[in-house]
Amino acid sequence: MVGSLRVRALIVSVLLLAGFLLAWHFAVQGGIKDTGMDPEYAKLMGLTATQGGSAMPGPLAVGETMWKHLANPFYDNGPNDKGLGIQLAYSIGRVLVGYGLAALVAIPLGFLIGMSPLMNRALDPFIQVLKPISPLAWMPLALYTIKDSTLSSVFVIFICSIWPMLLNTAFGVGSVRKEWLNVARTLEVGPFRQAFTVILPAAAPTILTGMRISIGIAWLVIVAAEMLVGGTGIGYFVWNEWNNLSITNVIVSILAIGVVGMLLDQILAVITRLVTYPE
Amino acid sequence: MTSRYLSIEGIARRFSAGGKRTTVFEDLWFAMDKGDFACIIGHSGCGKTTVLNILAGLDAPDDGVVAVDGKAIEGPSLDRAVIFQSHALLPWRTVLGNVSYAVSSRHPRWSRDQVRAHALKFIELVGLKGSETKHPAELSGGMKQRVGIARALSIEPKILLMDEPFSALDALTRGTLQDEVRRICLETAQTVFMITHDVDEAIYLADRIVLMTNGPEAVIAEIVENPLPRDRRRLDIHKQPDFYAVRNHLIDFLVERSRTFKASLPDGYQRRHPPRVRPSAAPNPTPDGDARAA
Repeated sequence: MVGSLRVRALIVSVLLLAGFLLAWHFAVQGGIKDTGMDPEYAKLMGLTATQGGSAMPGPLAVGETMWKHLANPFYDNGPNDKGLGIQLAYSIGRVLVGYGLAALVAIPLGFLIGMSPLMNRALDPFIQVLKPISPLAWMPLALYTIKDSTLSSVFVIFICSIWPMLLNTAFGVGSVRKEWLNVARTLEVGPFRQAFTVILPAAAPTILTGMRISIGIAWLVIVAAEMLVGGTGIGYFVWNEWNNLSITNVIVSILAIGVVGMLLDQILAVITRLVTYPE
Repeated sequence: MTSRYLSIEGIARRFSAGGKRTTVFEDLWFAMDKGDFACIIGHSGCGKTTVLNILAGLDAPDDGVVAVDGKAIEGPSLDRAVIFQSHALLPWRTVLGNVSYAVSSRHPRWSRDQVRAHALKFIELVGLKGSETKHPAELSGGMKQRVGIARALSIEPKILLMDEPFSALDALTRGTLQDEVRRICLETAQTVFMITHDVDEAIYLADRIVLMTNGPEAVIAEIVENPLPRDRRRLDIHKQPDFYAVRNHLIDFLVERSRTFKASLPDGYQRRHPPRVRPSAAPNPTPDGDARAA
């Protein structure tokens, strides 16, 4: 056997990537030149039709554009021409604000639901109805009531990231092992101290799993929300570049969205690992 | 009788499920002096654990009261420490963290150093010195239960309650831990109430062994006074003249009489004063007229 599993997996990954890039490169080279085309029509159709090239940019063109973005990510030449970094920063900022507010509401509320069978039953119908609503369906209502597009997108992030955190917190708190609670009871630990020293650490892995699901959903939703509200953000940038017919920029931003989403997920994964205890 | 250290006075516990009421036990009487080591033996479902939970304050009797040192039990208290069967350590805390948690609950005003020093003393007492920074997952079953014991002892309770503390351990570990628990309890004159399935464990550890009949509606059949000398040792306990008398008595009870006892209550049986028995190798008829021990 050559190397560890990790090394071998890396080799396969690199080979797959290389294969994909090569296939992509040759796929956009285009076919046969259509020389017999009416000159007027050829002008209308552009170079792609007359010279056999594809409108789809190849990996080299995308790489070149990406390099330009990476070299200068924070330029700002007015409303319609901002660097990729600025657009991403806008989106991340909105996600973090909406997500943070959701955590502030969902975790205490989840504690309440997890600890009180009464509240669990009383709030259950509301949660069941509100949870399956697409976050974007809230957008018109948010725009009408809040009257601010940025705040509306923050609200949409809030409403979509609250559910996994709420349900996981409630579940984690509700399923804390009875014997741990009994330990606290026999030690005459007060309810407040018990919540912080027994229930919170016991439920932390479940809560963090909910937070990890939420950040993933929030990052999915912000792109769509920004396409709707416009102005700034990576979602708006993608849509704007589509309107500019700059497929290269669209591909670059798709990649950027993927990388940022992965980073957000990994940050939560690291925190989850920190609070996970082996039994 | 009223001045006993621990006094169980006519407690009952009933559960209702699906409109049917089941009486686990009722009118249960038992008392212990300070420094006593009592074991309760009975089959599963006789309500042993329920009795222990009531003593711990984790469960409440439907009738009757339990008093400790003259005060009725109203909920859990630091005066009564529990050693759980499943050790119930907090897995995100280290050995020191688990014991310190108990110490700081007992002494909320103590400084961090005081708590630490006190916890370390009890970790050393159970022979876990050097493992303070380990987490429960890194410990063997026996070591985990040692932490449970250290945690319970560290709050210096009036009464130690043990719910089959050694049942999940292998025989060798169980033996060592029994030795240590016995040593510590004798040294500190600790009052202990313990549940067990293990007849030999009861004979080795307990001064008195409470026999409970099968549930539901279990009763205390009798209270066996351990005839073995107080300085008994595990090594030669089976060579004590009375060992097999008491052992056979307990096994007979578990095998046969725990089932049949209620159907043929001995004359003059009173729930409030169950017969006291002291099995012995010498001919010494027991109150229920049983010559089995001879």
